[in-house]
Amino acid sequence: MSAHEDNHAHEAHDDHGHHHKETFVTKYIFSQDHKMIAKQYLITGTIMGVIGVLMSMMFRMQIAWPEQPNVLFEALLGKWAPEGVMDADIYLALVTIHGTIMVFFVLTAGLSGTFSNLLIPLQIGARDMASGFLNMVSYWLFFLSSVIMLTSLFVEAGPAAAGWTIYPPLSALPMAQGGSGMGMTLWLVSMAIFIASSLLGSLNYIVTVINLRTKGMSMTRLPLTIWAFFITAVIGVISFPVLLSAALLLIMDRSFGTSFFLSDIFIQGEVLHYQGGSPVLFEHLFWFLGHPEVYIVILPAMGLVSEIMAANSRKPIFGYRAMIASILAIAFLSTIVWGHHMFVSGMNPFLGSVFTFTTLLIAIPSAVKAFNWITTLWKGNLQMNPAMLFSIGFVSTFITGGLTGIILGDSALDINVHDTYFVVAHFHLVMGISALYGMFAGIYHWYPKMFGKMLNKNLGYIHFWITAVCAYGVFFPMHFIGMAGLPRRYYTNTNFPLFDDLANVNVVITVFALIGGVVQIIYLYNFFSSIFFGKKATQNPWKSTTLEWTTPVEHIHGNWPGDIPHVYRWAYDYSKPGHDVDFIPQNIPLKEGEEELQH
Amino acid sequence: MTTLLTIIVLIFILVAIWQMVKIFDLAQAKNENSQVASDKDNRMNGYLMMCFLAFIYIITIVSFIKWGDLPLLSNSASEHGSRIDNLMIVSLVLIFTVQIITQFLLHYFAYKYKGEKGKKALFFADNNKLEFIWTIIPVIVLAGLIIYGLSTWINIMGVDESDDPIVIELYAQQFNWTARYAGEDNTLGKANVRLIDIGRANILGIDESDSYGQDDVITKELHLPVGKPVLFKMRSQDVLHSAYMPHFRAQMNCVPGMITQFGFTPTVTTADMRQNPDIVDKVANINRIRVAESETLVAKGEEALSPYEFDYLLLCNKICGKSHYNMQMKIVVETQEEYDAWMKEQKTFKNSLN
Repeated sequence: MSAHEDNHAHEAHDDHGHHHKETFVTKYIFSQDHKMIAKQYLITGTIMGVIGVLMSMMFRMQIAWPEQPNVLFEALLGKWAPEGVMDADIYLALVTIHGTIMVFFVLTAGLSGTFSNLLIPLQIGARDMASGFLNMVSYWLFFLSSVIMLTSLFVEAGPAAAGWTIYPPLSALPMAQGGSGMGMTLWLVSMAIFIASSLLGSLNYIVTVINLRTKGMSMTRLPLTIWAFFITAVIGVISFPVLLSAALLLIMDRSFGTSFFLSDIFIQGEVLHYQGGSPVLFEHLFWFLGHPEVYIVILPAMGLVSEIMAANSRKPIFGYRAMIASILAIAFLSTIVWGHHMFVSGMNPFLGSVFTFTTLLIAIPSAVKAFNWITTLWKGNLQMNPAMLFSIGFVSTFITGGLTGIILGDSALDINVHDTYFVVAHFHLVMGISALYGMFAGIYHWYPKMFGKMLNKNLGYIHFWITAVCAYGVFFPMHFIGMAGLPRRYYTNTNFPLFDDLANVNVVITVFALIGGVVQIIYLYNFFSSIFFGKKATQNPWKSTTLEWTTPVEHIHGNWPGDIPHVYRWAYDYSKPGHDVDFIPQNIPLKEGEEELQH
Repeated sequence: MTTLLTIIVLIFILVAIWQMVKIFDLAQAKNENSQVASDKDNRMNGYLMMCFLAFIYIITIVSFIKWGDLPLLSNSASEHGSRIDNLMIVSLVLIFTVQIITQFLLHYFAYKYKGEKGKKALFFADNNKLEFIWTIIPVIVLAGLIIYGLSTWINIMGVDESDDPIVIELYAQQFNWTARYAGEDNTLGKANVRLIDIGRANILGIDESDSYGQDDVITKELHLPVGKPVLFKMRSQDVLHSAYMPHFRAQMNCVPGMITQFGFTPTVTTADMRQNPDIVDKVANINRIRVAESETLVAKGEEALSPYEFDYLLLCNKICGKSHYNMQMKIVVETQEEYDAWMKEQKTFKNSLN
C-alpha cells in the first residue's frame, strides 16, 4: 500500500529532524509543526473573533437605540461618531467587516485552520502534514491578510462598507460610498491573500489525508472529523479560486477601467465610461464561492460534533456510512445551489426554478445527519462535558436555523423575505452560531491535546448555558421582524413609522446580544488562564478511541516517540459488547474471534 | 478626555469581571475532581437540558403571541400575495412541527440518558431500516414542497402579456425612486443613462427622439389602479437597488445596465386597507408607541412625532450606500376613476422638458 511506504519515508525524514535544536523563532513563530500552527490559527482566529463580536455589539446598540449618543462609540469610533452618535457610513462598515471577519477569519481560518491542522496528522497517524513548509506559509499568509484587513479599519475614507458580499457597482465606485475607496482596495488585497492561504492549507490537507494515513487506516476507518476536513478542503479548492477571479476582475474594474461588472452608470452628475458588464455576473462568481463557503464553515463543525458526541455518549456514532454519504451529498449539492441567493437578482426565473430544486434537496442529507446525531444520544451514557453541551447545542441551533432554509430556498417565498432580518436570523443560527458552537466544542474537547492542560469545566458550563440562552434570545425573535418586512442593513428604522412596532423587539435582541457578547469573557479567561494555571491533563481524559490520544501529553516533533501506531478497527468502538472497558482505541488489535463491525 | 475616561472605565469593568471569574475559578480549585464531568455534572446538565427545551418552547410561544401578527399574513394586497401566504403558512406549520418534535427528542434524550458511573451504553451503530425511513420521509415531504413552491413561483414570475398590463418603470438612484408610466401607448420610450440631461430636466435619460417616449409620465409617487395587472420594469442608474413592496409580496433588484421586471395585480385600495381591522389595530398600536415616544421627545425640547397613517411603501432592500435606510416611495392603490383623475394632472415627458 503506497500510503504505508510514504509514511516510512516521512518517518525517516522526521527522525532526522529530531536532532535539530529548535530556537524560539522556529518553535513558536515560524514553526512548521502542525500542532503549533494549529494553535497559531486558533489564537489569531480568537483575536479576530473578539473584534468581530465587538463590532456586532456596537451596531446592535445603534439598531436598538438609533442615533443615541454613546460614550462607547465616541471612544472607539472617534471621528466616525461625532458627539457619540454613530455615523451611517461606519454603521455599514461595521456590518461589512463583522461579516467578513466572522465568516472568513474566524469560522473558516479559525475553525478549519485550527482543527484540520491539529487533528489530521494526529488522527490519521502521521508525523506531520505532507508539507510543513507550505503549512507555515499558509498560516503566515492568513496572518498577513488579517493584518491588512485590520489596517483597512484606519484609512481616511473608512473601511469597506458595501456588505460582506461587496456587490459592485457599490463596491467598485469610490464616489458611490466612502468605503469603496482605499478601504475596499485593502479588503480585496486582504481577501486575495486569504484565498491563497486557504488554498495552500486545503491542498495540504487533501494530500495529507490521501497519502499519509498509517497502516490499517483505510478511508472507512477514518474518524468523521477527518472526512469532514477532507471534503471541506476539496470544496475550498473547487470554489475559492472563483472568488479570487471575481476579486481580481473587480480590482481590474476599479483600477484599470475594465467593464466586467459595470455598465451604463450615471453617478454624481456624470456618465461613466463603463459599458457591457453586468453586476449579476459578479453575483454568480461571488456566490459560486459564497454558498459552498457556508459548508466550508459548517462541515468541520459537523465533523467535530460527530466525534465529540460519540465519545461523550460512549456509543458509536449512528450510521457512520450514512454520515459520510451525507457529507458527500452536501458537498456535491453545495456547488450547484448558489443561485438561491439570486432569486430576485434579475436572473432568469427558470434558473430560479432549478436552484429551488437543488437547494431544497440539501435538506435531505441535512435531515439524515440531524436524525443520526439524535439517535447517537439514544440509550447512551452521556458524559456532560462542556464539549458535549456545545455539541448538543450545535444540533439544536442547526435544526432551528436549518428549517427556515426551507422557506428561503423556496424561490416563491424568498421574494418576500429576501434580504430581510429573516435571512439574518436564518444564517446566523445555521452557520454562525452552529459553527461557533462546533468550534467551542472542539476547543473544550481538544484543549488537553493542544495545551496539555484542562479547561475549567464549571466555567465551561456557565459559558455554554448563558451563550445558549442568548443565542436563541437574539436570533429567534429576529425571524419575526424579518417576516414583518424589515430590511437588513438599515442604519435606523425611524424613517419608517410602519416599523415602529418592531423597535421593542430590536431592544430585546440587542440586550441578549450584549449579554451574550460580554459572557465570552468567561471563556477567554478560561482559555488563557488555563494555558498557565490549568489542571494538568492526562493522556486520554475523555477515554476516546482515536489516535491523537495515544500521543504523549507533552508535544513532541513527529507526534509519537516510537513507531506510528497501526490501526485495526474503526474509530467508534465505544461500549462494544464483549469488552470490559467502554472504549477500544483504534490501535488495539481485534480480539480473537472479535468481528470488526460491517459498518 | 471623555474618551480616555470611557476607556479606563471599560477596562476596569473588564478587569472586574475577569477577577470575579478568577475568584470563582480559584474557589473550584480546592475541589479535587478532575475537569471531567462527574455524575453530579451529568445530572445537573441533564436537568438544564429539559429547562432549555422549555425555554425554546416558551420563546417560540411568546414570539408567536407577541409578534406573530407582525408578518401581516393574510393581509397581502396583491393577487399572487395570497398564494405566497398560503405556501408560507404550509411551510411554517411543517417547520414548527419538525422543530417541536426534533428539539424534544434531542433535549429529552440528553436528559434521559445522562451518564452514570457503571452504566453501559447500547452499542447501536447502524440500522438500515431506520435510516431508510428518515431518508425517504424528507424526500417525500420535500418533493411535495418543491412541486408546490415551483408552481407558485412560475405562476408569479410568468408575465402574461395578453392581460394587457399597465407598464411602469421603477427607476432607482442613490437615494430615491422615480416612476415612469408608459402613457397612452402603454410603451415606454427608449432610455439610457447616457442621455440624461439634468439641464433639460431629462432626469431618466429618455430618448427625446423616440415617439414612444413623448407621452411617458414621470412621477415621484406610485399610483396604481386596483384590480389592473401592472408590469414593472426596473432600472438603476448607479448601484444595485432592490424594489421591495412587502404588502404586495413583490421584490426585484434594479441592476445598472439591464432592465429587470416583476408583475402583479393590486387587489386592495389604500383606503380599504386602512379600514382592515388588522391594519387598524397595527396602526393604533404604532400610534400608541409614537405618542409615548413623543412625550420623551417633547420633554427634551424636541419636536413630537407626527401620527402614523397607513400607506403602502416601496423600500430599497439592497445595500446601496449611506442613505440606504431612507430610500422609499409612497404607493397609492386607488379606484380606476381616482387613478385616471390623478394621471390627468401629471405632465407628459414632452411637456416636462425645459
